[in-house]
Amino acid sequence: MMTVIPEPAPGEQAFLGRQVAREAETILDIENISVAFGGVRALTDVSFDIRRGEIRAIIGPNGAGKTTMLNCVNGFYHPAKGSITFKGRKRAQMRPHEAARDGIARTFQNVALFRGMTTLENIMTGRALKMRANFWQQLVRAGKAEREEIENRYLVEEIIDFLQIEHIRKTQVGVLPYGLQKRVELGRALAMEPDLLLLDEPMAGMNLEEKGDMCRFILEANRHFRTTVALIEHDIGVVMDLSDRIVVLESGRKIADGTPDAIKSDDRVIAAYLGSH
Amino acid sequence: MGFFIEVLIGGLLSGVLYSLVALGFVVIFKASGVLNFAQGSMVLLAGLAFVRAQAFLGETFPFWISVAGGLAFAVAIMVIVAWLVEKFVLTRLINQSSLSLFMATIGLAFVIDELSQIAFGSEVYAVKIGIPREPIIVLTGLFDGGVLLNSVDLWAAIIAACLVLILVVFFQKTGTGLALRAVADDHAAAQSVGIPIPWTWLIIWSVAGLIALAAAVLWGTKVGIQYSIVFLAMKALPVLILGGFTSIPGAIVGGLLIGAGEKLAEVFIGSMIGGGIEYWFAYVVALIFLMIWPQGLFGERLIERI
Repeated sequence: MMTVIPEPAPGEQAFLGRQVAREAETILDIENISVAFGGVRALTDVSFDIRRGEIRAIIGPNGAGKTTMLNCVNGFYHPAKGSITFKGRKRAQMRPHEAARDGIARTFQNVALFRGMTTLENIMTGRALKMRANFWQQLVRAGKAEREEIENRYLVEEIIDFLQIEHIRKTQVGVLPYGLQKRVELGRALAMEPDLLLLDEPMAGMNLEEKGDMCRFILEANRHFRTTVALIEHDIGVVMDLSDRIVVLESGRKIADGTPDAIKSDDRVIAAYLGSH
Repeated sequence: MGFFIEVLIGGLLSGVLYSLVALGFVVIFKASGVLNFAQGSMVLLAGLAFVRAQAFLGETFPFWISVAGGLAFAVAIMVIVAWLVEKFVLTRLINQSSLSLFMATIGLAFVIDELSQIAFGSEVYAVKIGIPREPIIVLTGLFDGGVLLNSVDLWAAIIAACLVLILVVFFQKTGTGLALRAVADDHAAAQSVGIPIPWTWLIIWSVAGLIALAAAVLWGTKVGIQYSIVFLAMKALPVLILGGFTSIPGAIVGGLLIGAGEKLAEVFIGSMIGGGIEYWFAYVVALIFLMIWPQGLFGERLIERI
């Protein structure tokens, strides 16, 4: 098991504990969701919730339905059964751009960046929704458009600083190494100032050092920007260190839900991971 | 020398018309990753709509009103077509492969060809928009007899230059432009940052429709609006291969090179082998380019990691 996060001092732990307790409001509530593709049941009656301010991990073996779950949350899939309540409003069928408008940002398992654009432009697209000036103002850079552009650029530069990617600001992302691409993708999601950030395997394919960095960015985003995070990750060590609570899926069903300590000692989780019964 | 310059300039100016059609391809490719096979048909439709509306209005109103009314009518038609295409064809193909989308545009090309001829007629219609037709003679001091220019071509060049300027600023400097480029790159990612894909497609097909209208009016002034304009529009393909499918400046430079190249080849090489090479010269150039410079002069060079 890797240890990338410094052990919190006792006082800090207590502070975090209080914070989670205070912000225990539920931001996302998933009830009895089922999704099927033809005969394959990707998700069956899965329910769980995400509280504002926490880091919630979704783990499980390959094909457990983790990505399908995220796809439901941000509107790529529409569950055949069940309901999704986000920020207190039960959602009807929602399209991805509407979910984004509602405050849900995400990254993808296979990096989905705009390859022909630079790092800066990619992160700017995260601000697309916040642009209020009309098209003609933008075209001539007048009044509101100019102010907006400056504000947005300021925030984007802040994110670039935060993720330590100043040196690749003007580089086309297609040529960047994988680890950096993942970082740019996180930056684009953060630029949306989301209420809920979905991360699909943010550390897949990274080396130890890159994983450490990514962990730090996720924690910082969570603590300093108060971003609620839901993440899928295969590295159990990372998951145990990062998350406040973990939900475990296997073959489309939820088999466990709780704090890292509870999950670690759960018999069904151990069986699912070791394949013994 | 004067003759060479005259052929060169004539070629460059007629290349502008290729550029205009190529521009229509580029904006749609840039913003949706789709090679729109129907661009030529959109030129035909825009031209027919304009010519017929202008003729109808010309019976009762003064000339300039008929021109303005014809343009307004054609613009409306192109926006409606963009909306229909978005609503009934493209939206159903979000997140599908670009080959599916390409096939859809082939089907669309035939539908637009036939419907526009059913609606507006299938004869040859002359376009009169008040551009003087007399040739202009310049550089008389420099060469014996000067250099003869076609004034329609000059107008085309001016209009094309304005269009390019607006489009470049639009794509590079506005939020909408950025959103369009995002959609071209990756549908899922664009949706995830909150860009509504149907809306961007409506915009971009409307823009392509307007470019088609500009091309149709200028081209129509030279050769009239008729069905064969669809095939002339296919000349845009070698232009795109030269200039790169995603580059607006590339479409212009490619058009100029093809235009000048085929005229010069016809006059100076064609005379040696009996002529007639103007019609296929562009394709040969495109083929050579594909072999040595596949992404075109200005195309985005994507490096794939394997």
